[in-house]
Amino acid sequence: MQVTRDFSHYVRDAGPGLQHIDLAVEGVHCAGCMAKIERGLSAIPDVTLARVNLTERRVALEWKEGTLDPARFIDRLAELGYKAYPFETASAEASEVEQSRFLLRCLGVAAFASMNVMMLSIPVWSGNVTDMLPEQRDFFHWLSALITLPAAAYAGQPFFRSAWSALSNKGVNMDVPISIGVILALGMSVVETINHAEHAYFDAAIMLLTFLLVGRYLDQSMRRRTRAVAGNLAALKAETAAKFVGPDEISQVPVAAIHPGDIVLLRPGERCAVDGTVIEGRSEIDQSLITGETLYVTAEQGTPVYAGSMNVSGTLRVRVAAASEATLLAEITRLLDNALAARSRYMRLADRASRLYAPVVHATALLTILGWVLAGASWHDAIVTGVAVLIITCPCALGLAIPTVQTVASGAMFKSGVLLNAGDAIERLAEADHVIFDKTGTLTLPDLEVVNAADIPADVFKLAGQLALSSHHPVAAAVAQAAGARSPIVGAVEEAGQGVRATVDGVEIRLGRPSFCGAEQQARESADLDPEASIVAFSRGTEKFIFAVRQGLRPDAKAVIAALGARKIGLEILSGDREPAVKAAAAALGIAEWRAGVTPADKIARIEELKQRGARVLMVGDGMNDAPSLAAAHVSMSPISAAHLSQSTADMVFLGKPLAPVVAAIDYARKALHLMRQNLWLAIVYNVLAVPIAISGVVTPLIAAAAMSGSSIFVMLNALRARSVARGID
Amino acid sequence: MEVMVILVPLALALGLLGLAGFLWSLKSGQYEDLDGAAWRAIADDDPPQDTPPDLAQAKH
Repeated sequence: MQVTRDFSHYVRDAGPGLQHIDLAVEGVHCAGCMAKIERGLSAIPDVTLARVNLTERRVALEWKEGTLDPARFIDRLAELGYKAYPFETASAEASEVEQSRFLLRCLGVAAFASMNVMMLSIPVWSGNVTDMLPEQRDFFHWLSALITLPAAAYAGQPFFRSAWSALSNKGVNMDVPISIGVILALGMSVVETINHAEHAYFDAAIMLLTFLLVGRYLDQSMRRRTRAVAGNLAALKAETAAKFVGPDEISQVPVAAIHPGDIVLLRPGERCAVDGTVIEGRSEIDQSLITGETLYVTAEQGTPVYAGSMNVSGTLRVRVAAASEATLLAEITRLLDNALAARSRYMRLADRASRLYAPVVHATALLTILGWVLAGASWHDAIVTGVAVLIITCPCALGLAIPTVQTVASGAMFKSGVLLNAGDAIERLAEADHVIFDKTGTLTLPDLEVVNAADIPADVFKLAGQLALSSHHPVAAAVAQAAGARSPIVGAVEEAGQGVRATVDGVEIRLGRPSFCGAEQQARESADLDPEASIVAFSRGTEKFIFAVRQGLRPDAKAVIAALGARKIGLEILSGDREPAVKAAAAALGIAEWRAGVTPADKIARIEELKQRGARVLMVGDGMNDAPSLAAAHVSMSPISAAHLSQSTADMVFLGKPLAPVVAAIDYARKALHLMRQNLWLAIVYNVLAVPIAISGVVTPLIAAAAMSGSSIFVMLNALRARSVARGID
Repeated sequence: MEVMVILVPLALALGLLGLAGFLWSLKSGQYEDLDGAAWRAIADDDPPQDTPPDLAQAKH
């Protein structure tokens, strides 16, 4: 059979006679890499553009149509020492990019306007105490209005839209008082300017927008960066499938280019990238990523297989099922739907604050107006004072208090390997006081490792590793990897379902089932010691050895569990795996509470039970069977190796082999929540001090501008403290 | 005070020029790779092997 790689799915036209592809590249981190890649790729004839984006770790390539195969670029990058894979911008990421450009445009306009208005306001402020003519002051006010009104109409859009959508849903968010404050301040300033009055608040209004846009943009760019990284990780997984393009011809195509009804080939040792049904062949498959169960399942004609299953022994032909959701285990789909529907709509801290804040502020302004009228002031003066109250209380600091902390904290989490899926995850994570771990793939690593490597002589281990390279069986692959074997033994023969054999220096060596190597006795002894492990036997002449292979615990799992314990967080394991396996893991980690053989429905029931008792549950899981409980928990996390469904359901995804990001994320989240609350209090204290001044009617635009920028800068500086946390996992 | 007739429009025009420059730079994608741009500024224009040997020595 002939295998070709087909990346045409990712290639798009870039003008006449040119084609374009984007590649995600791993390991680009400095100017040297950037220059090396650009030179290396530009050297290929007919390449018209090769440009590295160091921020997003991507390469954009353009070449003359029909001259080059995209696979060539990937091979070239591999020669240069970089792993690359074609990349398709997800629609979510594209809209984040668009949104952040829009915010930056708004910010540019607002910043331009504030600077120019300030240039006009400072002469007015100083002129008011010296000898400025009223005509000159009016002229400056009119100029300010000319700059501010269009600028505010453009740059205020993000706030006005969000406030409008909140109001039309009969809700309040922080943007409602912001929009009301800005619009009233501008309206009043225009009226005052027409009436030749001394004070106008154009500068305060546009400065407010500028500060708030800075906060919005920071927030947005952090989210965009997270998305870009997640997009690269997805691309670098390079999920491909061997699709039949003819009766006997297969092509290795990206998963995105596979459609329902296609037939794909699943060879031993491959992880299935699609959902579908077996139409031909017989094999054992490892479904631990789907169900948590580490024992292999037999797959034959008619068996459904899911993306993430590992094919162990035979070759299978799989017919791809329609839309991935439709083929999920029916039970999981139903539970997930229910859990998502019941997911209590968490009220974000900012929204809770604004729900209290907006009515109080608006009532204060109204009372101020009425109070001044009752005290004998004219309606005009009373309204001016009331609007001044709104301007001074406009939640500039409040609007920055939470986004800035979130930006800084999510940046710090990002550095420690945690990507945020949900914006409010930080707040919810900070409240978590009970952690439920799944075992398979979460506490353990999805890769197999040799447990008894120390008991085997080094030369035997090396030889077995070399022999194992000739087998596709995942257990053999684990032996080969553990031995660090690189060169396979020439003339090794694989006997399907049995093992591999070869003759070295006249001695026959075999690796495979204990019966294949005549090592049943040793295998039984080993199985008694460790009922969990998969056994692979190795024989050299008459010598017999046993390799026990199993999923190992994550390297720092024990330290992480201890660190969580030290933070007075409740710990529990809920696993779909068999009892002995779960018991062993719980004992090794020192977790007292564990349940084995748990179904997805049981997991949800347990979470509900804990909720009833008032616990805030953090669910950490990776299997498809965990997806409903990830949605049901207060907050959830998945490792990057998790099933697609779980990864998209979880609030956060952590990278790499260690489990430490879980603790780091909790620490950062707690610190962040503490700072958010502190910032809210700072904003409230500022208001308590400033509002009486505003009510008494002595606020000038100068005071408003100074108070607003002062409090904003103060709050931003406080937010920077979210970068560091005191404790790690010692 | 007649000077203001010139100075004020001049100031505004300069400000608008800056804004137009910013919007142009945004549109032409100059904010898309801030990390890379920082390095490109100090990168050599030509690959070192293209430099004639005598010139390379003359620099030292």
